[in-house]
Amino acid sequence: MEKLVTRYVWEWPVRITHWVNALSILVLSLTGLYIGWGKTLAHDPSQYVMGWARLIHFVTGYVFAVSALSRIYWAFAGNEHANWRAFVPYLFKDGRRNMKDTFLFYTFFRRTAPHVTGHNAMAGSVYLFIFLLFLLMIGTGFALYSEHAPGSLLNRTFGLLLSIASNQTLRLIHHGGMWLIICFVINHVYSSWLMDVKEKNGVISSIFGGYKSVPEEE
Amino acid sequence: MDRKDKQKKGSGEEPCRKEQTVWEQKGISRRDFLKFCTAMSAALALPAAFAPKIARALDDVKRPALVWLEFQDCAGDTEALLRASSPSVSEIVLDVLSLDYHETLMAAAGRQAEENLWKTVREQRGKYIAVVEGSIPMKDGGVYCCVGGRSALDIAREVCGNAFATIAAGTCAAGGGIPEAKPNPTGAVGVKDAVPAATVINLPGCPLNPDNLTATVVHYLTFGKLPDTDSRGRPLFAYGKRIHDNCERRPHFDAGQYVEVWGNDAHRKGHCLYKMGCKGPETYHNCPIQRYNEKTNWPVGAGHGCIGCSEANFWDTMSPFYGRLPNVPGFGVELTADRIGAGLAIATAAAFAGHGVISALRKDKDSEGKKEE
Repeated sequence: MEKLVTRYVWEWPVRITHWVNALSILVLSLTGLYIGWGKTLAHDPSQYVMGWARLIHFVTGYVFAVSALSRIYWAFAGNEHANWRAFVPYLFKDGRRNMKDTFLFYTFFRRTAPHVTGHNAMAGSVYLFIFLLFLLMIGTGFALYSEHAPGSLLNRTFGLLLSIASNQTLRLIHHGGMWLIICFVINHVYSSWLMDVKEKNGVISSIFGGYKSVPEEE
Repeated sequence: MDRKDKQKKGSGEEPCRKEQTVWEQKGISRRDFLKFCTAMSAALALPAAFAPKIARALDDVKRPALVWLEFQDCAGDTEALLRASSPSVSEIVLDVLSLDYHETLMAAAGRQAEENLWKTVREQRGKYIAVVEGSIPMKDGGVYCCVGGRSALDIAREVCGNAFATIAAGTCAAGGGIPEAKPNPTGAVGVKDAVPAATVINLPGCPLNPDNLTATVVHYLTFGKLPDTDSRGRPLFAYGKRIHDNCERRPHFDAGQYVEVWGNDAHRKGHCLYKMGCKGPETYHNCPIQRYNEKTNWPVGAGHGCIGCSEANFWDTMSPFYGRLPNVPGFGVELTADRIGAGLAIATAAAFAGHGVISALRKDKDSEGKKEE
């Protein structure tokens, strides 16, 4: 068996944005589900259930937007594992090989998971789509939010989306996007557990501390 | 007869000096007249100090000619104007305007009626106001709507193109409305799309609120120009705020009290209609404030959700009227996006759980090695 050494892989902006995104997605999904559901939870008109749900949703939306955009910035400013190249592995020779090995591992044609220091190639390429989905959610979210203030800066910025698609279409996209992100979360948690067990790379603890176990020669 | 006299006076060879008596002849007391002027300044979101200015304008102004064209319409906007419970001042403001042509109201018929229209267009060029009700069909050379042997498009080009301004009354004239809904067999469009060169102010709504029409005319009579509009050509005084933000049921929305079944206790108590598909959160109109039929009521006040009738393409984009979200194409009706999404999430979880079971059962080289260690 190869000898594993610990290496600092995930820098603090990567870890912080990861957890801010994760918590934001949890809060946004819960409040968003209630906003879309509109179930009677109040017994008295003086209560403010929907009011709070919307306030928390909008504030968390801003937090999520800042976090997602910061991570995108870090894809150009951070180390090689945070770099944008990790999200388009199929453009590079190593990445294509890594992608094939990972695919074979996931489909049970290969017994061992390929060792990689940063993201594995399949995960990296999914993250690109997830970040595009994040941008779509941020765009549609702010466009719908901006409707309360026609002519405002927010409305003029995101109003473009409202001129492309109707308000109801944006709502539909916003709901569908949430479910796709929830599907991603299920995939993400499972895959990181699988890799943690099979690859023994400490990937789950690495997102807390930043250190991953990697084969010595790398 | 009475109206005809009025028209002569309105089109005004002689200066209009006895307006006060005109109002009185119509059974409007000075007090009611001033109340109307105050209400109009409120409708236009002007300070109360403007009421006397409006009164002076309505007293003094030489009233312009007005022609009312009907194309692909149901005459619902005309009805809205006429169905006031008692002759209202607003009706008379439009009446005292020289209403030279209105298919539903005019006494003249046939060539004589058409001659009235073209006489106004010729003699009052650039000065008269055109009101258009109904959409204009563009397909196949506009053959789907003809009046007096001319297509609606042809008439609109000449009448709206030569008007001081055109008021597109109602959703059909403002953006195509119901005739324009898919599949739009006649190629219907609103006035601005049919006659891009015309000065058009859009007053959508199904029907339009006559108070907004009157206020637009009063604004013109008082200030000599049309009110400020939004990006869709709708005056801001009437379409600048969302229905949702001025709704009398809004406190129930914020509290979290919703009608979930028609006719249940919450519905009787007047709770929020959001869950029943009310489109108030995405519709800009002053319905909650102005209301309809002399401020008697409005749809949400009567317990029915807003269907967004003053928004472009509302028939296609705001439906289903009784659901929060549109149906997803390719999936059956009544299957909402959230049910599809939840199904997808469950399927994903099941797929990965299956993968996990297989992975756990499988011995890989490393775990065998670990046992040996």
